[in-house]
Amino acid sequence: MSATATARRPKQRKGDLIFSGTTRLAAILILVALAGVAIFLTVEGIPALDAPPNKLGGAESLAGFVWPLLFGTLLAAVIALVIATPFSLGVALMISHYAPRRLAQPVGYLIDLLAAVPSVVYGLWGIAFLGPELVPVYRWLEQNLGFIPFFAGPASGTGRTILTAGVVLAIMALPIITAITREIFTQTPKLQEEAALALGATRWEMVKMAVLPYARSGIVSAVMLGLGRALGETMAVAMVLSATSGVTTFNLISQLNPSTIAANIANGFPEATGLGVNALIASGLVLFVITFAVNFAARAIVARSERRLQG
Amino acid sequence: MSTQTTQARSDRSHLPLSHPRLPTWAPRLVAALAIAAAGLVSLTLGWGVVAWVLLAVVVFAIALPAWSLKVENGRAAKDRFVTTLVWIAFGTALVPLGSLMWKVVSEGVPVLSAEFFTYSMRNVIGEGGGIYHAIIGTLLVTAGAAAISVPVGILSAIYLVEYGGKSRMARTVTFLVDVMTGIPSIVAGLFAYALFALMFGPGIRFGFGGSVALSVLMIPIVVRSVEEMLKLVPHELREASYALGVPKWRTIVKVVLPTAMSGIVTGVMLAVARVMGETAPLLIIAGSTDSVNWSLFGERMMTLPVFVYYSYMQPGVPPAFGQARAWGAALVLIAIVMALNLLARWIGRRFAPKTGR
Repeated sequence: MSATATARRPKQRKGDLIFSGTTRLAAILILVALAGVAIFLTVEGIPALDAPPNKLGGAESLAGFVWPLLFGTLLAAVIALVIATPFSLGVALMISHYAPRRLAQPVGYLIDLLAAVPSVVYGLWGIAFLGPELVPVYRWLEQNLGFIPFFAGPASGTGRTILTAGVVLAIMALPIITAITREIFTQTPKLQEEAALALGATRWEMVKMAVLPYARSGIVSAVMLGLGRALGETMAVAMVLSATSGVTTFNLISQLNPSTIAANIANGFPEATGLGVNALIASGLVLFVITFAVNFAARAIVARSERRLQG
Repeated sequence: MSTQTTQARSDRSHLPLSHPRLPTWAPRLVAALAIAAAGLVSLTLGWGVVAWVLLAVVVFAIALPAWSLKVENGRAAKDRFVTTLVWIAFGTALVPLGSLMWKVVSEGVPVLSAEFFTYSMRNVIGEGGGIYHAIIGTLLVTAGAAAISVPVGILSAIYLVEYGGKSRMARTVTFLVDVMTGIPSIVAGLFAYALFALMFGPGIRFGFGGSVALSVLMIPIVVRSVEEMLKLVPHELREASYALGVPKWRTIVKVVLPTAMSGIVTGVMLAVARVMGETAPLLIIAGSTDSVNWSLFGERMMTLPVFVYYSYMQPGVPPAFGQARAWGAALVLIAIVMALNLLARWIGRRFAPKTGR
């Protein structure tokens, strides 16, 4: 569009050149910032390769330091997604296809409000309210489902377990997944929906045959974006989780919990000195690479499906 | 019910045009019965309200499809069951929001007082003190972040919509901006720290670093929303301006931007509200202090989210006062963020340009 315009016009006005140059500069600045994140974290993270064990939370090497944190990060994020995905899809369907039209918009607002709550407030709520409320639930799980390794116990007395952290993360990931899937559900071609209904399908059959197949790739990418949020969420986990360094366990309800990368940085950074800072930055680089990869993949899926739908 | 339908069937023909359906008030009736039945059980067994609600939901989710299966058919029963599930998912999703709001308001309101808003925490041990320094810090840091992000974000969006077109550069930027929205906030904080530690030496803490970290998070949000708004501006407006001989850059400044202004303001305010609640980057680069600091470029600076975090996690002795202040500050923070959100949406609706043709 603009390319052809500039080709036809032999001489550009000075004001145009300056203005378009400025806007281009701003766009380049964004790319520079993104590259800067990767570069500066690498530069400050590399010295941690030689860090002594007392700067690495007792671990022998940097890999031994990062691995338990990475394990905790992935575990908490997976718990969050297992909980959040069905609820998000339900809420998105409710807004796009089930709720009466008058109700749908305010409901959308309510879910957006959930996204607007600052993460530190979620943390406060999780540690002061949700954790203690879940203690009896954990006791019950330990007594009745203790044969499953996840619930082996002994149940935590404060409720500050990785499962509680996962629940809080699920609540925080829900608005993101809901917003994106809702958008895609509403874009389902009306003709296909009406054709299904006209053939006598019930509403659920219509959703199953017209809406869900249409939205499949969108759902996948929405869940991945929720995963990105859950992986990188810091304060809620830092407050809710009572972590022990160097632990890797699938026991979800005990006092011994692995920490997550982000929460470990938030808890350790204010007091860290010397190479300890570099070690934390190195773990941050790992987190950045993982979330970048997850987001990259999710966005690539969205972009591809958009192109397919337009083409 | 069933006698009536068989009657009608034999009267008309042996091939009914529609299968029998539950009346429209059936879900409401079942809901009332489920609540009553569950209430009866809970009262006799001495259960709490939560158990009552759970039991009522379970009874409803079984009874309605069962009735439907009896009168209608299996497909309809399945449909009703899924509808129930969807509503349950929605109801459950609202529980945390309600619980969180109730908890923050009920714990936070008693703390609020004139002193709470006008005092810092300098030399305060135990009772008293306030969040004056944290409010100042949050406003300054957020203003700094906005001062960086808004120009960069709007200019980049203009580039993407007006100049970039379908060029490789524009597509790359669009894609990476999307990816950037997913950068964890703590990574942004580490980036700012690494950047300024290389410039000023390790252990650096100051407010402007927080602004830089927040703008890494804020720029992609601003770009996305402004881009959407600029795309909504009708092409005829631009062409009319070109036809009058107006240069492209003046067309953008005088025609396109004013038309999209309400949407841009909305987007910027939502972005501000989003980063205002960020804690992790400020914890790392802005640090914490008990005193008022008006300078973005010198010394540590307290902000509301960091205040909430430290007041609750390191409340001092006795812990009750520090934790109470944490709830009060959380209430103030949430109120500011919600107010910005609602105001932004109101502006977006109230001043939206007429898009009808």
